[in-house]
Amino acid sequence: MRLLRMKPGHGEIVVAEGDVDVPEEERMLIEAFRRELDNGLWAAVPLEERGGRRRAELVRDFSDVPRDAERVIFFPRAAGGAR
Amino acid sequence: MLVALGIAGVLFLVLAFEAARPTLRGTWARARARRAGPAAPDFDPGRERRAEQRARELLRTCVSEREWEMYRDLGLISVAGTVGAEPAAYAYLIYPHRPIVAYVPQTRELLSEYCVAFRDDERPFGSGRLPDADDVLAKWLALAADERALVAKANMHLPGRQVDPAVVRADLARLAEWARARSLARGTVRAA
Repeated sequence: MRLLRMKPGHGEIVVAEGDVDVPEEERMLIEAFRRELDNGLWAAVPLEERGGRRRAELVRDFSDVPRDAERVIFFPRAAGGAR
Repeated sequence: MLVALGIAGVLFLVLAFEAARPTLRGTWARARARRAGPAAPDFDPGRERRAEQRARELLRTCVSEREWEMYRDLGLISVAGTVGAEPAAYAYLIYPHRPIVAYVPQTRELLSEYCVAFRDDERPFGSGRLPDADDVLAKWLALAADERALVAKANMHLPGRQVDPAVVRADLARLAEWARARSLARGTVRAA
């Protein structure tokens, strides 16, 4: 699983990468996940359904991330734009 | 006596002003800089182009093939609304760094603008602005995951507040033509 973060002037960067079935690597992923959320980012898991339809889930806890997810994408929180 | 005191007072004022002049000049310069606004960000066109390329690759792997081709060819993505009847009675146009525009696909009637921003407060390279494709992907992820929540976060306006309705209608016409050409190319629609 790779944790990716969108970054201005760069595109995405890899925040952490590891195998969720390896306890040490899972711990590292969980810590990185919490750090990004603590920094005020949203986390989304892009998913593909049968038939090719694409969708996404916003997750607030690492336990909500499907175990077989390949990527979690962190991006800045949405805020109301110009009034 | 009074004259002497007056001269001494004037001398004191002149000396005090001279002593304070460097500090006053610094304060004046800082105030002018504040009035002029923040310093221009460290803009590097090459870096921004590379960032957009990376962002496009991420977008390509997250959205459907049709949506990716739409962004690649038209610079926007149309997604169906998920609230209500099937098929959806409304859809959204996702533009980079512009409000999301809701519309009725059948009539091309514009419904509303949802102004929402995804700005990175860390501001690496002096700007919190995501690459265009990342901004589109952030909107797509948020809409796909929780349409109601994103709409609730956004500032809603009538069409025309920030995006020129004529431009949106032209984009919808381009989108219809693009969809037709794509269908023809794939053999899913017979030529008229």
